[in-house]
Amino acid sequence: MSRQRGKTAAVVSAPRKKKESFFHFVIAHKWLYILMLPGILYMLIFNYLPMFGIVIAFQDFRPFSADSAIGAYINSAWVGLGNFKKFFTGYDFTMLLKNTLSISLLSLVFYFPAPIILALLLNEIRSVGYKRVSQTLIYIPHFISLVIVATLTQQLFSSTDGIIYKIMEAVMGRGNAPNILASPKYFYGLIVGQNIWKETGYGTIVFLAALAGVDTELYEAARIDGAGRWRLMWHITLPAIRGTIIIMLILRVGSVLNTGYEQIFLMQNDLNYTASEVFDTYIYNKGIKLAQYSLATTAGVFKSSVSLLLVLVANKIAKLCGEPGFY
Amino acid sequence: MARQHNGTKIKRSPGDQVVQVFIYLFIGIFAIATVLPFLYVLAGSFATERELTERAFFIIPSEFSLNAYKYIIKTGDVFKGLKNSVIVTVVGTIINMIFTTTLAYPLSRSYLRGRNFFINMVIITMLFSGGMVPSYLVISSLKLTNTFWALWLPTAINAFNMIIVKNYFQGIPKELEEAARVDGCSDLVIFLKIILPLSKPTIASVSLFYAVNHWNSYFNAMLYINDRNKEVVQIALRRIIFLAGGINTDGSPIDWGVLGQPPEKAVKMATTVVATVPILIIYPFVQKYFTQGVMVGAVKG
Repeated sequence: MSRQRGKTAAVVSAPRKKKESFFHFVIAHKWLYILMLPGILYMLIFNYLPMFGIVIAFQDFRPFSADSAIGAYINSAWVGLGNFKKFFTGYDFTMLLKNTLSISLLSLVFYFPAPIILALLLNEIRSVGYKRVSQTLIYIPHFISLVIVATLTQQLFSSTDGIIYKIMEAVMGRGNAPNILASPKYFYGLIVGQNIWKETGYGTIVFLAALAGVDTELYEAARIDGAGRWRLMWHITLPAIRGTIIIMLILRVGSVLNTGYEQIFLMQNDLNYTASEVFDTYIYNKGIKLAQYSLATTAGVFKSSVSLLLVLVANKIAKLCGEPGFY
Repeated sequence: MARQHNGTKIKRSPGDQVVQVFIYLFIGIFAIATVLPFLYVLAGSFATERELTERAFFIIPSEFSLNAYKYIIKTGDVFKGLKNSVIVTVVGTIINMIFTTTLAYPLSRSYLRGRNFFINMVIITMLFSGGMVPSYLVISSLKLTNTFWALWLPTAINAFNMIIVKNYFQGIPKELEEAARVDGCSDLVIFLKIILPLSKPTIASVSLFYAVNHWNSYFNAMLYINDRNKEVVQIALRRIIFLAGGINTDGSPIDWGVLGQPPEKAVKMATTVVATVPILIIYPFVQKYFTQGVMVGAVKG
């Protein structure tokens, strides 16, 4: 853990001789390599094999053209960038891009800062008991499945008996309350709102962990010098979590096209389809349901490539600004 | 948890005290808003269908009823789902922890030859993936479909969790390892007898992360498991909630047969309660490990 790293960095360990050959090292430390074996095999099979599987984005993949998957890869015809052309010029591409980016950008603006703000507020709470109880409560939704979150949302917003719908009806008048579940207009807000409710509390943990490392004497000293609440926050608390904020931001930027399958899939219905179909659900609907493997993989390759590019750029910018970055 | 910074008493201006009160109120309201829906569902699961229709909101039902739970017990689907989910979660988490710690330990040793190569191998998986369809093809051509292995193996390692464990291992003082080595212990013995016992906090929190993921996982089960006998609780939950609405998933009305029309709303709520309670029971026991377990750090180093 990072707080202990400084202490141990200076200790030079293990290699018995200064210039041991690689072979001798492996023999002497054979257990290290044996221990790694399951993990390496796992990555090769479940991470790297699918990476090679993206060749079907450049094929007209017919899974039943041979007895084995490898045979099917070999038998399928190459179509070059044909699938990409079909995907980009398809009538749904602009819709997918608009929905995905809208949900991601709304998340970035409203959902990303929420845990930071809540952590800063929690940090101002002096009463240990009050703080512990509220932390215990606000972490709970993180441990609730998306199926249950979807169910709760439907029960609360349902236009037949949902309590929030009834409240809106009481405020806006009968017949004027929006049916949030069945209208494309409210879908983005619904998804971002679910995220904020579910993950804000739990999201504070990484920031509170970073704040736990702040020397309390800094606050004392600054306060004696006459610094108020806002100056303490600006000059001590925020700098303490800046590195964490930047790492989280890099990861978030990298997943701009990944809205996740499960949450949106669970809230999707025929009525909000025009707002709820994103790249992730498209890949499922086209690839798995309709077995258009090549087209769905093309969408996946596009998504993964853009994500990779964004992470690399964000990481580079962070490093240029003198931050440690993600890797 | 952030340390308190009170210490010396310094007079606060009235304006500052107003801010302080506002902060307490805001946190309190936020905390209540997160649990209110659960309390409503819990209360609703014990309420009569009439009360659920007539009263807008309540935390204590005026008339106590177990009909919803009786209905759930009669159909039995939730309990089959619960049993399957317990198996998936327990075995899955053990597999996760074996794969994760055995990969994290060698990578945490700075003297490991080829360490950079292996760490880069991990980082690449965090930055790029083949995506859903190629993974689906790999998993189905390995014939994992319709077995729990489809839920266990493809998620055996989460790279972020692995990094958390690796960083924790790295923080354990090297002197302990040195001493054991002088006593003639092999790397395996050092890992099993020294490193693992010293890593309880991170093992507890990472196990919880994995367990929660298994318990809550819906999508993978939907993709890979079609066998009704292997249905996990989230799938059962989704189906029961659809069915309690009186329509089949294909939209046709249901013939209820001998069970009779269920108390629809209460059944939805009771099912939600049954599927949530197990995770909430273990939550307080592991909560104290969270902050120790989730330090986000650089991947390398």
